[in-house]
Amino acid sequence: MRKLQNTLYITRQGCYLHKERETLVVECERKKLIQLPVHAIANIFCFGNVLVSPYLLGFCGENQVNLAFYSEYGKFLGRLQGRQSGNVLLRRAQYRISAEAPLDIARNIIAAKIQSARRVLQRRQRNHGAHEDVTIAIRQLNASLKKLQSADHIDQVRGIEGDAAAQYFAVFRYLLTDKTRQQFDFNGRNRRPPRDPINAMLSLLYSIVGKEISGALQGVGLDPQVGFLHADRPGRDSLAQDILEEFRAWWIDRMVISMLNRGQFADKDFIYAASGAVELKDDSRKALFQALQMRKQEKIQHPYLEEEVEIGLLPHIQAQLLARHLRGDLACYPPFLMR
Amino acid sequence: MMVLITYDVSFEDPEGAKRLRRIAKCCQDYGQRVQYSVFECEITPAQWVKLKAALLDEYNPETDSLRFYQLGSKWQKKVEHHGAKAGFDLFRDPLII
Repeated sequence: MRKLQNTLYITRQGCYLHKERETLVVECERKKLIQLPVHAIANIFCFGNVLVSPYLLGFCGENQVNLAFYSEYGKFLGRLQGRQSGNVLLRRAQYRISAEAPLDIARNIIAAKIQSARRVLQRRQRNHGAHEDVTIAIRQLNASLKKLQSADHIDQVRGIEGDAAAQYFAVFRYLLTDKTRQQFDFNGRNRRPPRDPINAMLSLLYSIVGKEISGALQGVGLDPQVGFLHADRPGRDSLAQDILEEFRAWWIDRMVISMLNRGQFADKDFIYAASGAVELKDDSRKALFQALQMRKQEKIQHPYLEEEVEIGLLPHIQAQLLARHLRGDLACYPPFLMR
Repeated sequence: MMVLITYDVSFEDPEGAKRLRRIAKCCQDYGQRVQYSVFECEITPAQWVKLKAALLDEYNPETDSLRFYQLGSKWQKKVEHHGAKAGFDLFRDPLII
């Protein structure tokens, strides 16, 4: 397996990137900010007003360095498509497998999703003592996993996924401590619009991380709109939603639960609209984003790569692993699942 | 793998400064300068062959010296830094500018 290289994020406005021999130089106002060997870098993500020398553009294209441009606020604008990246072949493979044989990838992703949901519930049982309903839910998730093994049609996988999600969210409220539950209760997942604070927090984070995954997929040359589990729908980044499934319970749900249990959010942090929709106030949204940024900087041992990586790079890593599978370099797609 | 490269280049002859500069540039292509004549290069074996050849091409065996320390893959456990100019890890530290 190739070495996991670093990603360079340029967020400072007015930077100039150029190549000097085999090194990448980042300048701002004619001052050299950093100079590093290009071989250490796999991705360069430029946010906003960032200038890249034509020579570096060429170099990135030639050496499969992913160079992508975003607006200052993170909207994907475009990226450089390199000479040997085989992107058209990769996308053709993606379209072909999505249309003809989406089953294996979808099943892998959902297996990881159900297992990680189960582990979140098991963790609760370990830390706070067994709760009868949660024990039953864990047992049912086990049954779902077993059913998944014999699923031989994509619709079956979708059905099992729906069941498992319902089981999981039915006991989700028991992940909250008694004290927290007095303030915030959770009666199942709802969205568009979310109708309680917990759903509002979940929706916001799912959406932010989903966008990051879209960017990561685009960064490795995949088409984020063509998924395996999620069917094509205008405007939906189905593939990004597929990959997001792996991260929901382990990353986002757990983050929301622990913040609530620590008492970091109170009723006054939310706006209750007359329509029934619940939104976060500006400050609490910032607090949530800050918590996400902190979490993204934490390092974990990636269960497949067995390397220490920042959580924030997981979308890029999974996108790369999926691309490798679609190219035929990996026999199956290893979804993200923390041990 | 991680290779630590140190060098001493003699300034006795007028070409010394030129050799010094060229050797430093070669090292910079593959690693980062941790002290004036000390570079840490985390490279693949293929890259190491190239870098070593380039360095051996530049130096003058009569007057200069090159030292290569192979630190292997568990190099982080073998390196300890004190004081100013703590280098950063090119492959692992977040590069956000």
